[in-house]
Amino acid sequence: MLEGLANSLQRALAKLKAKGKLTEEDVQEAMREVRLALLAADVNVKVVKDFVERVRARAIGQEVQQSLTPGQQVVKIVYEELTELMGGSQTRLRMAPHPPTVVMMVGLQGSGKTTTTAKLALSFRRHQHRPLMVAADVYRPAAIRQLEVLGRQIDVPVFSLGEGEDPVRIAEAGVAEARRMGADVVLIDTAGRTHVDEALMQELERMQAQVHPDEVLLVVDAMMGQDAVHVAEAFHTRLGVTGVVLTKLDSDTRGGAALTIRAVTGCPIKFVGMGEKIEPLEAFHPDRLASRILGMGDVLSLIERA
Amino acid sequence: MGLLDKFRKGLEKSREAVWGRLAQAFSRQRLDDTVFDEMEEALLAADVGVETSVWLVEQVRKKAREQRIATPEELPALLQQAMEEALAGMDVTMRTAAAGPSLYLVVGVNGVGKTTTIGKLGHRLVQRGARVIFAAGDTFRAAAIEQLQAWGKRAGCDVVHHSQGADPAAVVYDAIAAAKARRADYILCDTAGRLHNKAHLMAELSKIHKVVSRELPGAPHEVLLVLDGTTGQNAMLQTKAFKEVVQVTGIAVTKLDSTAKGGVILPIVREFRVPVKWVGLGEGIDDLEPFDPSSFAHALCRS
Ligand SMILES: Nc1nc2c(ncn2[C@@H]2O[C@H](COP(=O)(O)OP(=O)(O)OP(=O)(O)O)[C@@H](O)[C@H]2O)c(=O)[nH]1
Ligand SMILES: Nc1nc2c(ncn2[C@@H]2O[C@H](COP(=O)(O)OP(=O)(O)OP(=O)(O)O)[C@@H](O)[C@H]2O)c(=O)[nH]1
Ligand SMILES: [Mg+2]
Ligand SMILES: [Mg+2]
Repeated sequence: MLEGLANSLQRALAKLKAKGKLTEEDVQEAMREVRLALLAADVNVKVVKDFVERVRARAIGQEVQQSLTPGQQVVKIVYEELTELMGGSQTRLRMAPHPPTVVMMVGLQGSGKTTTTAKLALSFRRHQHRPLMVAADVYRPAAIRQLEVLGRQIDVPVFSLGEGEDPVRIAEAGVAEARRMGADVVLIDTAGRTHVDEALMQELERMQAQVHPDEVLLVVDAMMGQDAVHVAEAFHTRLGVTGVVLTKLDSDTRGGAALTIRAVTGCPIKFVGMGEKIEPLEAFHPDRLASRILGMGDVLSLIERA
Repeated sequence: MGLLDKFRKGLEKSREAVWGRLAQAFSRQRLDDTVFDEMEEALLAADVGVETSVWLVEQVRKKAREQRIATPEELPALLQQAMEEALAGMDVTMRTAAAGPSLYLVVGVNGVGKTTTIGKLGHRLVQRGARVIFAAGDTFRAAAIEQLQAWGKRAGCDVVHHSQGADPAAVVYDAIAAAKARRADYILCDTAGRLHNKAHLMAELSKIHKVVSRELPGAPHEVLLVLDGTTGQNAMLQTKAFKEVVQVTGIAVTKLDSTAKGGVILPIVREFRVPVKWVGLGEGIDDLEPFDPSSFAHALCRS
């Protein structure tokens, strides 16, 4: 199916031969294919609509570069807009002026919070920080144990009060423990929850009010579909998400959910997860994801050479 | 105003649920192209995907023409009908062994809900008086064994396990032996989450499958692919790859208690003809239901 779209795009682009300026027709035709590519990549349908409309308006009348066909020129513009939209602002973590820096990890069930918590802790440890991981998921069977096993693996301490305690209390006590032991970064692993679970969303709000996190990181599965728009909106509205971690990008997903989330929350994507193994988190590269979402590798390499 | 701000402003209009917009389209006076465009958009927003959305809208158009329907209010029923037709003719029952234990192999990518689904399914079977053994075939993920043990305790099922890092095929081998010795009715095999695009992990799964069919005639009686209901079009690629490697016989779609509609199962069933057998509706032990095409279609078309 993906191949099919790429091919039909190529055909559409081939039809457009080099001219001086992009005409409405040139743009219209290429944008139809861009729309399909974005939808196939799971970019939210409304986001696609707005995006296509804005880029279309911007593209009409632009000069066509000598070495490109009008179709390629449109793709170039689309690619640049996508990259710009997903990039921008700082993507480092905000560190507290007076340690410890507190980071809350939040997101849907199974998105990769616990794994990412460990990866982040490892990154900090490698940079001469002293992280502490806090096991605040008392719901999922063996969630605390999972974090403890990972902590031992990467030699990072884990704070927990067992499954019988209130997660908000655990988070508070975890931060206090960090102060006591001189840890300068506290990473709080929270339970997965759906954004429509009122009680559990309130729990996060209470936790935030108690521990005043410097970062609230929304952990999102890169394979996520159209619903990313509602998830991102809900978490952001309630908690003021400060950054996004896109996990499982080692899959063959096109990852369009990232664009949706970026568009809805305005929060930068700070890291990507590229595997199950606990290795330091990787930085996010907007240009790579833009090219992945468009799924037009050959066109883009052509453009890059132009 | 920055690029991003402008973009977000544009999005604000989309706050109301997509299906709300569809309802709006259905309440329009005349049946024109706008109505069908809105319908297509609503389907896309439920992860139905481009091809199947276009196809479904075409089916509705055809039906509307044939039945000389002139007002949009009658369209939801037609859409639901088209969806049910697409999902029809699939055997949703779970196969069992004629004699001896039935073995179900549960597979899927990371974090979709395999272990949880095994816990819920075990509970269902136990409630009907069956004796069930869980095989802790995920020897990779931290505390995966402990997680399955917790579910075993809740559901009243024995758990056969080795330690982390052990060969999963050996675990399954032992579970089969234990099931025979203890006269168990079912063996539910958990497996580690694996991405379908990782050849070595898929090869490992194929090996487990081989051991199962060698050690227990007729097994696996079901290969259940677990799909996360919030996943987008990648679920198609997952189904294709797992089907090729372990001959998936049924699908469980989890996490439909969120606002995701799981619409991707429409193109999956249409293209791969693998029946959806279960839906997961929460994290509790009772939150597993048999799949019902008409209530699924209803939820997609009317809510
Ligand atoms: N391939 C791959 N797998 C990942 C990645 N991140 C996490 N996982 C896997 O995804 C599954 C879920 O990860 P967890 O870290 O347990 O997810 P979680 O969000 O803590 O889950 P809950 O606590 O149940 O909500 C596990 O099998 C992880 O190994 C990634 O970047 N790539
Ligand atoms: N809301 C909701 N959560 C679910 C459902 N099914 C599973 N979960 C949650 O999703 C998360 C992952 O579930 P697991 O059963 O560990 O998934 P898995 O496929 O075994 O994960 P790995 O073994 O790491 O690949 C857990 O937090 C579960 O509680 C469901 O139907 N609804
Ligand atoms: Mg977790
Ligand atoms: Mg599991």
